[in-house]
Amino acid sequence: MGKRDRLSGNEAIALAMKGMNLDVVAAFPITPSTEIPQYFSQYVANGETDTLFIPVESEHSAMSACIGAQAAGARASTATSSCGLALMYEMLHVGASLRLPMTMACVTRALTGPINIHNDHGDAMGARDTGWIQLYAENAQEAYDNYIMAVKIAEDKQVLTPVMACQDGFITSHAVENIELLSDEEIGKFVGLYEPAEYLLNEEEKVAMGPYDAPAYLMEHKRQQAEGMMQALPVIEKVAAEFAALSGRHYGLIEEYQTEDAERILVVLGSTAGTAKQVIKNLRAKGEKVGLVKIRSYRPFPAAAVAKAIKKAKAVAVMDKAEGMSGIGGPLFGDICVAMNGLGGPRLIDYMYGLGGRDVRPEHIEAVYRDLAAAMAGKADEEQLIKKAGPYYRYLALREE
Amino acid sequence: MEGVLEIRWHGRGGQGVKTAALLLADVAFFTGKQVQGFPEYGPERMGAPVTAYNRISDEEILIHSNIYEPDYVAVVDESLLSTVAVTGGLSEKGAVLVNTAKSPAQVAPLLNGYKGQVLTIDAGKISEEVLGANFPNMPMLAAVVKMTNLLPEKVFMENMEDSLKHKFATKPKMVEGNMQVLRRSFGEVQGL
Amino acid sequence: MKQKGIEINDRVSWQNITLAGAVYGGGTAKQFATGDWRSMRPVMVWEKCKQCLLCAPVCPDSSIPVEAGKRLDFDYDHCKGCGVCVQVCPFEAILFKKEEK
Repeated sequence: MGKRDRLSGNEAIALAMKGMNLDVVAAFPITPSTEIPQYFSQYVANGETDTLFIPVESEHSAMSACIGAQAAGARASTATSSCGLALMYEMLHVGASLRLPMTMACVTRALTGPINIHNDHGDAMGARDTGWIQLYAENAQEAYDNYIMAVKIAEDKQVLTPVMACQDGFITSHAVENIELLSDEEIGKFVGLYEPAEYLLNEEEKVAMGPYDAPAYLMEHKRQQAEGMMQALPVIEKVAAEFAALSGRHYGLIEEYQTEDAERILVVLGSTAGTAKQVIKNLRAKGEKVGLVKIRSYRPFPAAAVAKAIKKAKAVAVMDKAEGMSGIGGPLFGDICVAMNGLGGPRLIDYMYGLGGRDVRPEHIEAVYRDLAAAMAGKADEEQLIKKAGPYYRYLALREE
Repeated sequence: MEGVLEIRWHGRGGQGVKTAALLLADVAFFTGKQVQGFPEYGPERMGAPVTAYNRISDEEILIHSNIYEPDYVAVVDESLLSTVAVTGGLSEKGAVLVNTAKSPAQVAPLLNGYKGQVLTIDAGKISEEVLGANFPNMPMLAAVVKMTNLLPEKVFMENMEDSLKHKFATKPKMVEGNMQVLRRSFGEVQGL
Repeated sequence: MKQKGIEINDRVSWQNITLAGAVYGGGTAKQFATGDWRSMRPVMVWEKCKQCLLCAPVCPDSSIPVEAGKRLDFDYDHCKGCGVCVQVCPFEAILFKKEEK
């Protein structure tokens, strides 16, 4: 049975780090993830863990140090946010394509500019094509649980792909909430020791990693890498089942909330899922058939599970917390459209929301469900909205003239 | 939100407003409640207006937004009354607590027509007299517990003694000083 | 080149290629005869060679073998004909000739 406590999301991640049998943590401070290496380096200084903490000079170096350590045969992890993640961009590809099962606690924050330190998903969405698995957390508990599970997912022999465990900057990283913790021993036993099949310091079998890949080979390696990502879907579920046996907490690729008979469904990542659940409770009490799909595994994208969950609804709002600047909506909307390709199904509307820390209030979510009701009714209201915002996507809680 | 006690704190950077909200979350947590304690972050500058929030409930708290219609408001710095709408959205069944030497009757006209209960405490004076410095957040914490009736004084004092002993393990003098501040503050809330 | 029993060439499938392009075993460059890239060929004039060994360490392809303190003839399987040894030799003991079939 876990220990009940109250912690911020960042404190929870630092505690998890302590139990994960990590050999190396290399990190550079960047708001709002700074507290993670700050707390963790105290554990190292106090001798509470024998992990080597490397205070590097930049995030590019942090990721490079993790790649070097993991390739050498160590278990490595880091934490970062926003421009720090952006500075890692080059090395994220390198690490993922080398199939090094590293982990990262990503505390999501807007990317400049204009300059902003608050939450949105612009940073993580910028890294969605780097070949890292991405899990998103609703609250501190999920951030903690996802980060622990990340080790086992990444290191699975079918997967061998690094994992980014994302939580919403400030909203969950700096909010103190109730949480149930595992002991260091329980976490350590769950993740086990890192036993790579191949590593640079292996005297028995010499290996060179990351050689030049000519045009005759790179496509084969990319397809091979994509296979690891695809294989992660069942592995994420398998690891979740093992974690449930330990913690009593159950996780899937997605979480469906009141979707069985829902006519109107919201699809969302991260902390807004909680706010939406509260709104759904209130609307359900008034007899409204509304529901929610929370995406936990964003990369790989669980298209089949999402399609199954939303295809019977009449109208679906997809919530994007990153302006993809495509002119046709955000990144999650694109994924949902792919998932629904050829299946018919509900009217899909994308919402750009919560950018740069714009607070997401229950009344905003209620307004989305009202829009969906208008879309279901079709005709006049819907035509008005399309006239105003265009056919693809709308902004939520935006000031307009 | 029904069934959830919502508290909003107003203060200035450097006054320990975030710490007060986190300590209140601690206190409620120790009584078995579900809690949230979080600040509204901005550029962190000494003296800039800051806001912090608490949600306290018997059931799981799902919502992750700021608080716009609080049950209670605590104002750690009375100079904010002229610049920040501290009672905005405040339930008239609830109360506002202001750190001031003034009486509730003197403060009430400064609250934009708020018709609910007005409480005051001279947190600065208590802190100065006991600790020799102006740390208004401890007296405010005790006064908020009294205002919200969150838990009995005795239980609160026992919980606080435990957490202060933990926090000031190397400075035992601070434990007694702060305990004295809390005891005095419980008795000096005006307007109840 | 064989890796874990599988020939790695431009016909290998993505399922059979080594993970992330890893290359196992040390010194695999030896398996690639790069000597046929050469358009110019260094040739020893042994009478002029004083065995000063200035040439061996500057060869970028380790194609001047040294044994018991003396250099041997060029490893023509791997020498690419860059001519650095020709330039560095103080005794004009290495000729640089056009490679002919």
